[in-house]
Amino acid sequence: MSCWQTIQDYGLRSIGIGERLLPKADFTLCHQFTLIGSGMLWNIYFGVIALIAGFFLANMLAVAKNAQNPLFRKPAEWFIFIFRGSPLFIQFFFGYFLFLSLKQIAPGLSALTSAWLGALIVLFFNTAAYSGEIFYGALRTVPKGEMEAADAYGFSGWKKFRRITWPTTLRLAWPAYTNEAIFLFHATTLVFFSGFPAWRQKGDALYYASYFAEKTFNPFVPYPILAGYFILLTLIVLAIFGLINRYLNRHLPQEQRRKIHLRPKLIR
Amino acid sequence: MFPYCTDPSTLDGLAWLSCYLTTSKHMMLFYSLGTVLLLLAVTAPTALAFGFAGASAAKSHIAPLRWLGKLYIAIVRGVPDIAFFLFFVIALDQLFEWARHQIKCPDWADPIRQGNDFVVCAAAKLPLGTSPQWVHEVYGFTLAVLTFAIVFGAFAANVLFGAMRAVPHAQMETAYAYGMSKRQAFWRVLVPQMWVYALPGLSNLWMVLIKATPLLFLLGVEDIVYWARELGASKTPRYTDYPHPDWRMWYFLGLLIFYLGFTRISELVLDRIMRRLSHGQATAAGEAQRRAEA
Repeated sequence: MSCWQTIQDYGLRSIGIGERLLPKADFTLCHQFTLIGSGMLWNIYFGVIALIAGFFLANMLAVAKNAQNPLFRKPAEWFIFIFRGSPLFIQFFFGYFLFLSLKQIAPGLSALTSAWLGALIVLFFNTAAYSGEIFYGALRTVPKGEMEAADAYGFSGWKKFRRITWPTTLRLAWPAYTNEAIFLFHATTLVFFSGFPAWRQKGDALYYASYFAEKTFNPFVPYPILAGYFILLTLIVLAIFGLINRYLNRHLPQEQRRKIHLRPKLIR
Repeated sequence: MFPYCTDPSTLDGLAWLSCYLTTSKHMMLFYSLGTVLLLLAVTAPTALAFGFAGASAAKSHIAPLRWLGKLYIAIVRGVPDIAFFLFFVIALDQLFEWARHQIKCPDWADPIRQGNDFVVCAAAKLPLGTSPQWVHEVYGFTLAVLTFAIVFGAFAANVLFGAMRAVPHAQMETAYAYGMSKRQAFWRVLVPQMWVYALPGLSNLWMVLIKATPLLFLLGVEDIVYWARELGASKTPRYTDYPHPDWRMWYFLGLLIFYLGFTRISELVLDRIMRRLSHGQATAAGEAQRRAEA
């Protein structure tokens, strides 16, 4: 079987298109590259949607945590504490079993127990909490002079926030947020190892990598392939966020622009 | 556990719960909480040692050693760590078995990798097929500790490497001016001073390490996640004196609260250590303390 044939059969296997049965024997390099790459679709799906949705919630959380009124501040503080203070792995398990019990009460919610929605919700809350803390930190370090200048120009309320405070917050938070985005993509690999079933063996990249490692007793091929894919994904995320960073800093002189540094953060 | 627990079906409310939570199976769960603490106690110093070795290697003047150290630091950054956990457990296991195979059965003719199988001679198996159950458990746990140490060592190496560079250069120059050799200056000037700079990073790492402990489950150790799933699953009266529906949600809620409490306590303790360490230091935190007292 040619490699092109394999790609046709297994290229979209992770979303259920193509060959039904996974290869059982005679694993070629092409098999491994194709299937693990096909699994990456899930990692990208979880990462991108959770990141975009989480961005909005994170901004709200940051503003709420910065509020004077304890009615807003306390819930935001607790939300951030709960999701940052406990392992994501346990959150996945808890979320899955919570959704499982919800399903028994209201059968209409059965979609929650499948990974595409349930795990996405957990990831969404998790990344919102982590980036909420980042944005909160940035919100606290907006230079005093900029706020005073805004007051002097007659800005107030929503307009001041939208035109002055928020863009600066975003600019200050962006390097840390880039790291958050990268490690969110890495965290997506936990999904299928934490209760959420891979329905009909439609799993993510790590799911297929461990499938090959288990079948061949040889971890030295699938995991480096997975690593290669993730390094590629990391570089793409870095490039996109770098472009946005350039856009956010476009009004500043060259030497004042904040550079993005990759900082390891690992599992959460 | 308690004397009134002989017939659970007659109990209800708190009495039932107190009996239920002290069955021998639940003791295994509490025991595995101890395993988590043990893992942390063993891994933290080991990872720190790995990290120190890695950071020293990355600062070395011998080029191959420096490359090795830098590679060690760099490689963990781009890849999901859970992949490393899954990789190292099999890789280390095979490495040990392969090494023992080479030593114990030098005249074994067949190749070790036979298609999809990894075959070593019976004497080289780890642990030996004849050894008791606890040896298997200890071996699994040791592999887990080693894996954690390797992965977290790379992160600690990154932190320590940064801390070594943060020590003011003038300190090293002064040491050289007093006639210290490179080795002496490293051990007597650089290493004692780097810890203040390393502590924020290391305490961050400690929090991450706490949150990484549930991954023991993936390494095949019967840990809290395993027991929570096992005990929480619905039980019928046929198999147990304590029948209950699916309670896994509550078990994982318990674990969630356990971890929240643990990270919170660590946070408070680490804050305290940091305050103590920055007392009298020429850093922003130390300066703030001095102002507050004056």
